[in-house]
Amino acid sequence: MTFTEIQKRAAAEWEKLQKSLRPRILVGAGTCGKAAGAGAVLKAIDEFLARQGVGATVIQVGCMGLCYAEPMIGVIKPGRPQVIYGSVQPETVGQLLSDYLMNDNPRPDLALGYIGDGKVDGIPNLFDLTVLKPQVRLVLRNCGLIDPENIDHYIANGGYSGLFKALSMSPEAIIEEIKKSGLRGRGGAGFPTGQKWEFCRRAPGTEKYIVCNADEGDPGAFMNRSLLEGDPHSVLEGMVIGAYAIGANHGYIYCRAEYPLALERLRLALKQMEEYGLIGDNILGSGFNFHIKIKEGAGAFVCGEETALLASIEGKRGMPRPRPPFPAISGLWGKPTNINNVETWANVALILQKGAEWYAQYGTERSKGTKTFALVGKVERTGLIEVPLGITLRQIIYDIGGGILKGKKFKAVQTGGPSGGCLPASLLDSPVDYESLTAAGSIMGSGGMIVADEDTCMVDLTRYFLTFTQAESCGKCPPCRVGTRQMLDILTRIVQGQGKSGDIEQLERIATTVKQGSLCGLGQTAPNPVLTTLRYFRDEYQAHIEEKRCPALVCKELITFYILPDKCQGCMICMRNCPVEAINGGRRLVHVIDQSKCIKCGTCLDICPTRFSAVVKVSGERIEVPSEPVPVQKAEGSAQD
Amino acid sequence: MLNYVTDCFSKEPRLSDELAQIVAEYGGEKGALIPILQKVQERYGYLSEEAVSRIAKLCRMSQSEVFGVASFYAQFYFTRRGRHSIKVCLGTACHVRGGERILDEVKRELGVESGGTTDDNRFSLERVACFGSCALAPVVVIDKDVYGRMTVSRAKEILAQYE
Amino acid sequence: MVVDERAKVVTVTIDGRMVKVKDGCTVLEAARQAGIYVPTLCYHPSLSPYGACRLCIVEIENMRGFPTACTTPVTDGMVIRTDSAQLRELRKNIFELILAEHPKQCVTCAKNLRCELQEVASRIGVEEVTLPPIRKDLPVYRDSPFFDRDYNLCVLCGRCVRVCQEVRGVGAIAFVYRGSRALVGTAFDKTLQDSGCQFCGACVDICPTGALLDRESKWSGLPDKSVVTICPYCGVGCQLSLEVKAGRVVRSVPVYDESSVNKGQACVKGRFGIAEFVHHPERLSSPLMRKDGKLVETSWEAALGFVAEVLSRHKGDEFAFIASAKCTNEENYLAQKFTRAVMGTNNVDHCARL
Repeated sequence: MTFTEIQKRAAAEWEKLQKSLRPRILVGAGTCGKAAGAGAVLKAIDEFLARQGVGATVIQVGCMGLCYAEPMIGVIKPGRPQVIYGSVQPETVGQLLSDYLMNDNPRPDLALGYIGDGKVDGIPNLFDLTVLKPQVRLVLRNCGLIDPENIDHYIANGGYSGLFKALSMSPEAIIEEIKKSGLRGRGGAGFPTGQKWEFCRRAPGTEKYIVCNADEGDPGAFMNRSLLEGDPHSVLEGMVIGAYAIGANHGYIYCRAEYPLALERLRLALKQMEEYGLIGDNILGSGFNFHIKIKEGAGAFVCGEETALLASIEGKRGMPRPRPPFPAISGLWGKPTNINNVETWANVALILQKGAEWYAQYGTERSKGTKTFALVGKVERTGLIEVPLGITLRQIIYDIGGGILKGKKFKAVQTGGPSGGCLPASLLDSPVDYESLTAAGSIMGSGGMIVADEDTCMVDLTRYFLTFTQAESCGKCPPCRVGTRQMLDILTRIVQGQGKSGDIEQLERIATTVKQGSLCGLGQTAPNPVLTTLRYFRDEYQAHIEEKRCPALVCKELITFYILPDKCQGCMICMRNCPVEAINGGRRLVHVIDQSKCIKCGTCLDICPTRFSAVVKVSGERIEVPSEPVPVQKAEGSAQD
Repeated sequence: MLNYVTDCFSKEPRLSDELAQIVAEYGGEKGALIPILQKVQERYGYLSEEAVSRIAKLCRMSQSEVFGVASFYAQFYFTRRGRHSIKVCLGTACHVRGGERILDEVKRELGVESGGTTDDNRFSLERVACFGSCALAPVVVIDKDVYGRMTVSRAKEILAQYE
Repeated sequence: MVVDERAKVVTVTIDGRMVKVKDGCTVLEAARQAGIYVPTLCYHPSLSPYGACRLCIVEIENMRGFPTACTTPVTDGMVIRTDSAQLRELRKNIFELILAEHPKQCVTCAKNLRCELQEVASRIGVEEVTLPPIRKDLPVYRDSPFFDRDYNLCVLCGRCVRVCQEVRGVGAIAFVYRGSRALVGTAFDKTLQDSGCQFCGACVDICPTGALLDRESKWSGLPDKSVVTICPYCGVGCQLSLEVKAGRVVRSVPVYDESSVNKGQACVKGRFGIAEFVHHPERLSSPLMRKDGKLVETSWEAALGFVAEVLSRHKGDEFAFIASAKCTNEENYLAQKFTRAVMGTNNVDHCARL
């Protein structure tokens, strides 16, 4: 089959689906969707359809990125745009479907928006919502809209036309095109992709490799997972183009074992490519051969570092080695090797499909294109987003993210995962691009963006990151192995109220040593959380060390829970729920927390009815309360429970 | 003949046959050690002393080197695991949304530390760095079921569903 | 390092001095050739570069950060600084981190005064460690009959692991676990014997610290003198250095020398079997002849004279010669010559075939 024939077939298949007289129900069944209960929703939909005898096609799609609204479904009635419903429950989905499919009531009260041509009364266009308006969906263009397990859907939407074009070009011309697009590595460091390819293409040797780094290890980041689950072919197309440009006949995808669905979709996609002659020997009759193997990671964050990743593919301990020699010269089994991140490969396919100039219209002077971010933490609308580079942090957090959860105050945004830094409110208006983030002490990273509010303790958060890097250090070089441990020990003392003067200076000295002296990127960036929080949130460190106080009321050893005697109505709810029986009291007796037993889990504070709000959490102060239960003074409202 | 002799002396001839079969599937492919270890662990639940020493022989490596590789990666276990695995996510998003409290609750409920297995062999508990389901933080994964937006009280109920 | 006339030569500038070195050599080799000291711990000339200890960091113009001299190849016109104020400070801080993991018990350590850490410390100028110590509290392994392993003293330079894997091809020990739990060890903590160790002692010889030490000579301190000799055990001809204290051989260590046949390696016999055997009370130091059913000491002349006299009565296939695999090629050549030319038979063999 020629590519034109493949395209024709795919288009016909897609057309048939679009024009189908059967309604279609799209269910977001990525890992997130499933975690939110998409499985139960799917089951409920199937039951409804069977019970009512309604003929409809149910398609599982990837993630739209609106994770806050999961589980999500889309309903398409013939000749109408798709209507998207969020937070769908298995108990109510039947009613929803019967309303829309059978009684033609699209339930605007439950709909988020519609996608496609036409209008649905009372429902806005999904892409006009504030969460989507500032976004530019290039890499995620297909996610949530096509069936990721159907290669025809991808091809009908322009897929593999980039590869088809590339095969008619010279490898040098492709590299030139990538250079012209201004694409930079999306794994975090931002090295120009075209230049990287050129090094590898020019490296002596006939046996070369390319690798897709899908070892997305940053805690709080899931861009690559979503993309691989939602549109695996876009990544694979990029890889074939890259292999052809570089002159590699073998490629590896190194993917975390924690991503079973992504792995499954990749395997399926490779099989489909084989059937269409898009991979293997003599791709699309061009004479070019390329084979891809999938390697599952085995649980080591450091394997995201390219030399460690290569060691791991070779079956060794994932320990980095110094560069030079760079992998472009001596990589996998000593052969020239080019490694790019999942998102970079997906961009490659797009650049070849649409042209470098078209691509370069997005972004800033030095940071072209878009970047996906996993926007998580204390924001109203968590999710996977894609924005043009140069957008401000404020636009991301407030427009797209809808601001801070429960109307609390913004404190910091963490970018770049454990290798990045925490940026304060004063930097909210800085643009998101490689240079600006580095200047602020953080990094772009692979795209984790974690928002912290006033209830987040920055010292505790820093300690969290150090716990992570310390556990994930490979142990090869002393700055990282010992330095992260030393920093963690100091931070642990500080959050436990054992900080002493000189700790801050010692932290700074070790952090600088680790940053400058470590062998690999993991070690060199591990102190970033320490250095940025010391730069922007030094007062919190001082409060912990000098006043033994945790301003955010997080650090267990520095906080105390009290039950206020003038508010407690003796309802016994907290008493019954305390997991360690630390609360003494009885009906109509003011409850008292036995501080020696209290484990500071916060259950009493969560559970005390808001009409009483008798439990308080304080740090650095003492509240006088009775030492044992005393009768409640006077009834305030109804104390009957 | 030689094979016959070694098999007579091996305590568990089935293990040796199965391991040889798993290793043979990779047909001497370069860098196959980690996939082999993954397959063996998938089959037996953990990597026993005997398995490691046999894999080493089959791959023509020393057993210390094989153990060195396996012990580098968090995925591999060297002792028998519980019937169900509970993984409490402590990724950044889960951390700021209270993952630690969930872990504390699970530990207390089961009376086991992270990395440990309950006395009745029902659960093995682990803390993991991130599942990539951060938007639904905090997250707990039991066997293959992912539970998002976890709360302390829900954790108890969910644990009870696993025998 | 010897500069091969035919190899391409490049010129680099190290600390302001122009140095001509072989293309492809490392910055560390170039510096050593120029007589410039760069501290190292994980580097060893018989091992491939590793770049772990971070002490040999240098500054190179047009290169980011602080590359390690032991892993960075020279290029023509490269400008290198090995000793700036920033480098000194950074090295000191890195070394302090290493020392934080290393118990401060030099005075009671058997490696005292022979320890590479002490050497590096005095060169770098670390006087005090302000960081709190990190104790590992590991057991001392005494499962080997020849040496003790105390990994509390280990700095994880990996020289033992690499010599065992790269040079000896054995891999009895490996790095196990990772991060701050990383250790040198065996599978499931098995004994060395059960891990395929051949007790060649290469790990002991290459260890920069007191983590690996001969048990017998542990406490014998610095030797009075060292005598280089050829190992008597077999015909390979390994060069050994016998360390002598108070007139007794206390230890034999292989000589690391480009011209030696063994290049710093020995087997268990040469490494651990010399001192005991040399001073063993039952070791024969003069020939014995049986007289009236009893072995009595005699002179070489008398013993050889007696053998020659008896042999002269026999000829041809009445005779056979069993030579020793411990003899050199030359000695074995003479043995077969004697058998064939003098005794007139082909009956010659040696012990290793028996």
